[in-house]
Amino acid sequence: MAKDLKEIKDIEEIKELGWDELLPGAALFSFTEPVEDVAEVPMEERPYAPTNSHEWQVGDWRVEKPVYNRDYCIDCQFCWVFCPDMSILSRDKKMIGVVYEHCKGCGICVEVCPTNPKSLLMFPEHMDNQEALAMWPKKEEKK
Amino acid sequence: MVKKIKNLKEFSLSNDRFEGANLMCPGCAHNIIVREVLNATDDPIIVATATGCLEVCTAVYPKTSWDVSWLHIGFENAAVAAATISAAYEVMKKKGKLPPATQKMVDEGREPKIVAFGGDGGTYDIGFQSLSGAFERGHNFMYVCLDNEVYANTGGQRSSSTPIGASTSTSPAGSVSYGEKMMKKSMVEIMSDHGAPYVAQVSPSKWKDLVKKVQKGFEVYGPVYINAQSACTTEWKHAPEDTIEVSDLGVESCVWPLYEIINERDEHGIIYSTKLNITYRPKKKIPVEEYLAAQPRFRHLFKPENRHIIDLWQKAVDARWEYLQKREEAGV
Repeated sequence: MAKDLKEIKDIEEIKELGWDELLPGAALFSFTEPVEDVAEVPMEERPYAPTNSHEWQVGDWRVEKPVYNRDYCIDCQFCWVFCPDMSILSRDKKMIGVVYEHCKGCGICVEVCPTNPKSLLMFPEHMDNQEALAMWPKKEEKK
Repeated sequence: MVKKIKNLKEFSLSNDRFEGANLMCPGCAHNIIVREVLNATDDPIIVATATGCLEVCTAVYPKTSWDVSWLHIGFENAAVAAATISAAYEVMKKKGKLPPATQKMVDEGREPKIVAFGGDGGTYDIGFQSLSGAFERGHNFMYVCLDNEVYANTGGQRSSSTPIGASTSTSPAGSVSYGEKMMKKSMVEIMSDHGAPYVAQVSPSKWKDLVKKVQKGFEVYGPVYINAQSACTTEWKHAPEDTIEVSDLGVESCVWPLYEIINERDEHGIIYSTKLNITYRPKKKIPVEEYLAAQPRFRHLFKPENRHIIDLWQKAVDARWEYLQKREEAGV
């Protein structure tokens, strides 16, 4: 018996279903209830449906993760504008962190970071963030 | 309503309507362009996409990455899908049959924007006749071509956008061939000659230029064509973190000049004025060689027997830059 996506409320339930157990051709809903003006609603307040990819994760694609160091950040937002995966969290013109569920570890944010030393650096996925912050490089002298 | 974006900090207040955990490659420029286009306005947006990387990776059943209304029909008809939405919207507006929420936004001066996204395959080759038809009829929508110069979604076959010398899976470089034999099609001029009111070429690395052009495109009535350079980590074979750098090299070497063409037509549809503006001039034009060297798809060109293709590249780019400057100067 094929299941209708509309009846599924939990993301785990979708993951357990085989490809042939879903009713084909159904509309995919982004939200559980109508949102009139999405552009005005910040990510935290949106009623995401289990069929919205926001509820899923691609973090396991990564080998290296970007670690963010607040101490050197100048909030230029280059990382925010060039992030292909909406993984740089920016609120009230301030950079506040990385969404590790959605970050694919491409490293663009580190490349475009203009500070010295960089306020975003790539570290191995298994390393603890605190440990990474402790071994942050010092300011490079201009030659 | 035009969203005020003075600087990057102000731009960062935008709430993304395109969601993460889509299945695009790490470092894909498609996502960057889509974000910049959607964030250029706070008005409601209706998106139509052609088959391609963007479509298959953002709508993998049973999930979607779009928080805006989204429509996909086939490979060849993204432009027609968008044109149809535009026509339907105008009829509903005229008859006063818009949904209350939409009507309220229209009353506030926030008209829905209709955007079609297509790859270069769905724009230059397969979708060309429907795109040309929609532009000829003059529907009010924007078409954004995410130009990665190859059919990246199906394994890297050449398209009519692939530049000379590129090694692709159907024009491989080897002992007998230097890769693609044909020059790139100049799509921007072709679309401008349809009489479209606004046509522009953009690059994701110059975000402000891109946002400005998209906003200008939203303001004019009629079909708008935006050609966006989209560096492809898989088929251009550069490292994912170099996407922005490669895009920048393209702009700075004038391989990918940033310009716009504004056409004005009278009530009979006769074009009486065409104006070309170059919106970004590199301070120091870098040699094309640097752009080619950054992408391993052109690696074989640096062998002694293929060096003449690099000279040809430089000649072609210089000629084109000269042509654009002449047109701007003459105001045609």
